[in-house]
Amino acid sequence: MTDLLYSETEDDLRATVRALLADRAGHQVLLDRIETDDPYVPGLWKSLAGDIGAAGLLVPEKLGGQGASHREAAVVLEELGRAVTPLPYLTSAVVATETLLGLAGEGGGPAVELLAELASGRKVAVLAVPLSTAPDAEPFPPGAPEAGPSPSAASDAGPLPASTVAGVADAVAADVLLVPRADGLYAVPAEEATVEPQTPLDLTRPLARVTTRPGTGTRLADGDAARTAVRRGLLAGAGLLASEQLGLAERCLEETVRYTRERHQFNRPVGSFQALKHRMAQLWLDVVGARAAARAAADALATGSPDAPLTVAVAQAYCSKVAVRAAEECVQLHGGIGMTWEHPAHLALKRAKSDQIALGSTGRHQDAIAALMDLPAPA
Amino acid sequence: MTDAEELRSRVRQLLAEHPPATTDRTDFLKARFDAGLAWVHYPVGLGGLDAPRALQAVVDAELAAAGAPDNDPRRIGIGLGMAAPTLLAYGSEEVKSRFLRPLWVGEEVWCQLFSEPGAGSDLAALGTRAVRDGEDWVIDGQKVWTSSAHIARWAILIARTDPDAPKHRGITYFVCDMTDPGVEVRPLRQITGEAEFNEVFLTGVRIPDAHRLGEVGDGWRVAQTTLMNERVSIGGARIPREGGMIGKLATTWRERPELRTHELHRRLLDLWVDAEVARLTGERLRQQLVAGQPGPEGSAMKLGFARLNQAISGLEVELLGDEGLLYGEWEMRRPELVDFTGRDAGYRYLRSKGNSIEGGTSEVLLNIVAERVLGLPPEPRNDKDVAWKDLAR
Ligand SMILES: Cc1cc2nc3c(=O)[nH]c(=O)nc-3n(C[C@H](O)[C@H](O)[C@H](O)COP(=O)(O)OP(=O)(O)OC[C@H]3O[C@@H](n4cnc5c(N)ncnc54)[C@H](O)[C@@H]3O)c2cc1C
Repeated sequence: MTDLLYSETEDDLRATVRALLADRAGHQVLLDRIETDDPYVPGLWKSLAGDIGAAGLLVPEKLGGQGASHREAAVVLEELGRAVTPLPYLTSAVVATETLLGLAGEGGGPAVELLAELASGRKVAVLAVPLSTAPDAEPFPPGAPEAGPSPSAASDAGPLPASTVAGVADAVAADVLLVPRADGLYAVPAEEATVEPQTPLDLTRPLARVTTRPGTGTRLADGDAARTAVRRGLLAGAGLLASEQLGLAERCLEETVRYTRERHQFNRPVGSFQALKHRMAQLWLDVVGARAAARAAADALATGSPDAPLTVAVAQAYCSKVAVRAAEECVQLHGGIGMTWEHPAHLALKRAKSDQIALGSTGRHQDAIAALMDLPAPA
Repeated sequence: MTDAEELRSRVRQLLAEHPPATTDRTDFLKARFDAGLAWVHYPVGLGGLDAPRALQAVVDAELAAAGAPDNDPRRIGIGLGMAAPTLLAYGSEEVKSRFLRPLWVGEEVWCQLFSEPGAGSDLAALGTRAVRDGEDWVIDGQKVWTSSAHIARWAILIARTDPDAPKHRGITYFVCDMTDPGVEVRPLRQITGEAEFNEVFLTGVRIPDAHRLGEVGDGWRVAQTTLMNERVSIGGARIPREGGMIGKLATTWRERPELRTHELHRRLLDLWVDAEVARLTGERLRQQLVAGQPGPEGSAMKLGFARLNQAISGLEVELLGDEGLLYGEWEMRRPELVDFTGRDAGYRYLRSKGNSIEGGTSEVLLNIVAERVLGLPPEPRNDKDVAWKDLAR
């Protein structure tokens, strides 16, 4: 049976991550960072990934990880969502890691080696696809199998043109890019690729245009195996993104309640006006639902349930909506202060809105549900 | 401590001694009650075994698998959901052993005499009087919207015993005999054409003091037990995916391709997601209850179901197009069952309007969530320390 509650271990992990983020990545720190070229808080990744071991939660111990599951990783993401922290956790510790896990199979090989490095936090890898890519999308370019020169001759121009993918999240932090090509999935060292930063709506999740030349990198898997693995990575990413959205929504609601209790107008706390109380109560209901949906997705992924694609689509279709609404209400109910750069509400709003598009739009996930549940569109 | 294995063996013994195939339904239910398998978390002798609440699921599953009859909770929902927990918490030993067995078996239906023409959301403003006369109380007043009063044998009743006290403090809680000659029940026809609820006139009704629940003047606190259980009982049931109204709508969608439009498709998928999330939220609530951490999600369930049922049934009427313009029948009946998912879409659409009114309106529940869950400041009030008799009415 689906376990929708939190275990004691999960609560402990939450407390540890929350304390770390409160200590090191408060909103003033984030505001200062986003004014620079590099939004990541120095040293924070090392603390979370290495010291706490959060990067290896999905990786079995024998492959160098913590041997935990998606349920624990989801709790980390709730906290990262609450604090709107810029870290390549979703991209590296979830999507890339899960993709590699899909390739790990029995023996060793390059995927397994890379996995151990990701699990320890020593390296960051990202899948070189647009952040908007849905789990059921086809990120592999069509065309002839790669006919470029051997990796040793990578600097020579091959017969195929270099390929560019825009909107790749956290590529600027990556040591390794996982690049889908027509004939399989390649691991390309960042220094062999061109990574040009783009200006993102969400300042806490950098996007970049990534260009790689044929023939670079190491092939991790060919066509079908690569497709299955990438799909698995994106599904885990979409499922756990729901937990990031849950954390963000919950924090926005808490801050709004706190503020409207203190702020007085018309000789009363504005939070005593029923028009506002009902909006916040409604939001609480939505957050309660988001928690059930996000937990269901994390549990389905953790148990490898055949229901996972449906549960993930449900969580995405629901939690995206709730996170955006919570952030929008947070801005509105803070009045003028909510519109300022100094107040953290905009960080949450920008994250929530971009999360709505990330890993498949609401409509895309609904279409997945329609297909899985036999609720077809009109002919 | 009773564990799952012991419960299973008790179930097997019950089934062996009273094979469902050859046993009368009521006799089987009585035997089940006496075996402590009715509500296992209730005390021994009162249909339970003092076992953890979670283990009820084990019993229910075993009995369902054996094809045993259940005590159809739709007909006796008020008794099971509201009267029973209040009786258990506040009744004397005699009261508990007199009432709980026939209540659970369904031999005696209960109703709830709370709402009055002048006291709905502001229930504590009620004016029905109870005056002490020897060993009895004499009740005079009028109640309204009383579901099932026409089939009820007993009622839970709140009445004013001290008009000089502020409104919350002068109320007392009773068990009322609906066959008393002073009780008159008149059907109130409702939006669906039927009369599920009634007006109830109480004239010189005599209630023995032994049928009082809780102290004199403490009825508001007792009523909180009833109302909290009312809200939780709505979200407590375990339903499968596409259980409830969304299943009806999805089935119509699958079977009638000619009705599909793109606009309806989007709305269907929106509601499908909302319904699935509501189901998961209910599941999470149950898991919290089992783990002994009852959360405020109970109010969330009632609020969520009201909105969903209304939206889903509304969409189904639209989807049906020309057929949606028709209605089953308008004949005035006094049903014994409250049927949320049965009947046609038009009936479901109309009946679901009551989901956001009965058992506390959605507006009032949102106030409760805002104040008790989120801790937002209360509205300014002017009725707290004023004697009930001095309040403007
Ligand atoms: C189908 C059905 C079955 C019922 N069965 C029973 C039963 O068996 N026994 C029983 O005792 N009662 C029963 N009720 C009564 C039900 O509990 C009341 O109708 C309900 O509590 C609302 O009270 P009211 O009808 O007086 O509306 P009012 O309280 O007059 O409310 C009118 C409107 O004002 C709003 N409102 C009131 N106060 C506030 C506030 N503070 N803030 C914002 N808005 C507010 C309400 O939400 C509503 O929209 C039943 C009702 C229905 C519809």
